[in-house]
Amino acid sequence: MSVEAMPVENLFTESQLNVKNKKIQSLYRVLFLLMTLLLILPVLIILGTLIVKGGSMISIDFLFTDPVNGMTEGGVFPALLGTVFLVSLALLISVPLGIAAAIYLSEYASENWFTRAINLAIINLAGVPSIVHALFGVGAFVMFFGFGTSILAASLTLAIMTLPVVIVSTRESLQAVPHAFREACWNMGATRWQTIRRVVLPNAVSGILTGVILEVSRTTGETAPIMFTGAVFFLPFLPQGVFDQTMALSLHLFVVTTQVPNVPEQLPYAVALVLIGMVLLMNSISIAFRMYLRSKKKW
Amino acid sequence: MVETMLESKSEGKSETASTAEQKKVKLDISHLTVSYGNDAAISDVNFKIFENEIFGIIGPANAGKTSFLKALNLMNTFDANMKVEGKILFNDRDIHQLKNVYALRSRIGVVFPLPVGLPMTIYENVALSPRLRGIKDKATLDEIVQRCLQRSALWDEVKDRLDSLGSLLSGGQQQRLTIARALSQEPELLILDEFSIAVDPVTTMRIEEVLKELKNEMTIILVTNLVQQARRLADRTAFFLEGKCIETGDTEALFNGQVENSKTTDYIEGRFG
Repeated sequence: MSVEAMPVENLFTESQLNVKNKKIQSLYRVLFLLMTLLLILPVLIILGTLIVKGGSMISIDFLFTDPVNGMTEGGVFPALLGTVFLVSLALLISVPLGIAAAIYLSEYASENWFTRAINLAIINLAGVPSIVHALFGVGAFVMFFGFGTSILAASLTLAIMTLPVVIVSTRESLQAVPHAFREACWNMGATRWQTIRRVVLPNAVSGILTGVILEVSRTTGETAPIMFTGAVFFLPFLPQGVFDQTMALSLHLFVVTTQVPNVPEQLPYAVALVLIGMVLLMNSISIAFRMYLRSKKKW
Repeated sequence: MVETMLESKSEGKSETASTAEQKKVKLDISHLTVSYGNDAAISDVNFKIFENEIFGIIGPANAGKTSFLKALNLMNTFDANMKVEGKILFNDRDIHQLKNVYALRSRIGVVFPLPVGLPMTIYENVALSPRLRGIKDKATLDEIVQRCLQRSALWDEVKDRLDSLGSLLSGGQQQRLTIARALSQEPELLILDEFSIAVDPVTTMRIEEVLKELKNEMTIILVTNLVQQARRLADRTAFFLEGKCIETGDTEALFNGQVENSKTTDYIEGRFG
């Protein structure tokens, strides 16, 4: 025995080193805690300000009436409805496309220059600034395809913008399903599609849906891509179809904040509160959904 | 043709004719080479496996045992990097000329070293393969599920909770579930790749008993790290070393030292590996 046995008493006393390590450890703990609190601070301040300054205006009436008097009074109903239309149509387009592409990339594509090029394109598409998407939307959908400034053109622009994120989050969820499950299924004589359908997708669906819902909340707040392609300052009537223009909450907020004279002080805050409320609602649904699915975690 | 020749030949022989000649050849492997990129995992493997026997494959890690199994199941279609050369005759037909690889795989049941309980209920785990074959009738599925679970010695433990998740069973139970799933394919060939490394000794013994019964209905290839397990179960055994099949022979003969290559005895007696 070359190693000297440590006296048992040493376990019950603290050496200098122990004390030092403990101090450093609590120091880091506090440091990281402070940084985390720092992150929450802006959220609290924003929400607090909005509620204090605009909360008094929020009512059922505010949500479901039209703006009147040059948008200085009344509610936000057309804008709220417009945002719902824009976002739903955009996701109706981008989600099926994105999921199909992700399934191809994750389950079928072999590793070669072509796949790598596609992946590179997706990453770059995700990095394109939203104002550039807007200009693309004007060129492609408004002018080239002749949809005019319309809900369809705006939704297509939003769809293109959300597509890379849907693809990436879906692909991550598919990749998170252990490979052994696929092999077990293949060994049984299942085709790739049978394997995807019966084993991979059912276990990736929670991740995919979470990604989609988060995308909803991001899309809700976008202003640039829609302001040239389909959203307008003010409409005296509600849109009747996808070729009509529409109002949208995010643009409405911009307008009442900067473009309209004599707006009561609370109004922009109230509009912002509705917008952020929508986003928070979507996020809460997403979180609740994820918690529900995690409680049913299957492996 | 070959079959009838073999049969007529054996008819003429006395009762003591070697059993090998009477048996039908299930798998005939010749000049099989499996490589990944430039590295050969196994090279030039030749032997026959007969119907209704347990064929043991022993050998140290990295000897190419698993690559051999993958080639049988044509898993190379899922791995662009894996290349298979040589001939594999399954029921006298070359599997590389198959039109329907899925049908071949469904006739070959595979059990992996680590249990894979699919993330679905116990019932669905076992019913998956019949469902893939198009069986929808509930009563038929019930019957298959019960039979397969009984045969894999798991039924008594799970019969009251068939709708709980298969992936949450204990390791040993999941391995028996995996075996039940393989049996639900009604395979002609059952491949077990070191099935016992994640299973406790008692369960291992129970599964071994099951295998002895199953061999009356199917051909079994048993890849194992435990040479004693091969001795207990296998009718004939092949010894793999560094990507080559060193030799094949009657298990008892090999264990009694009747070997062509002294390395086989060295391995069996634990002098290396």
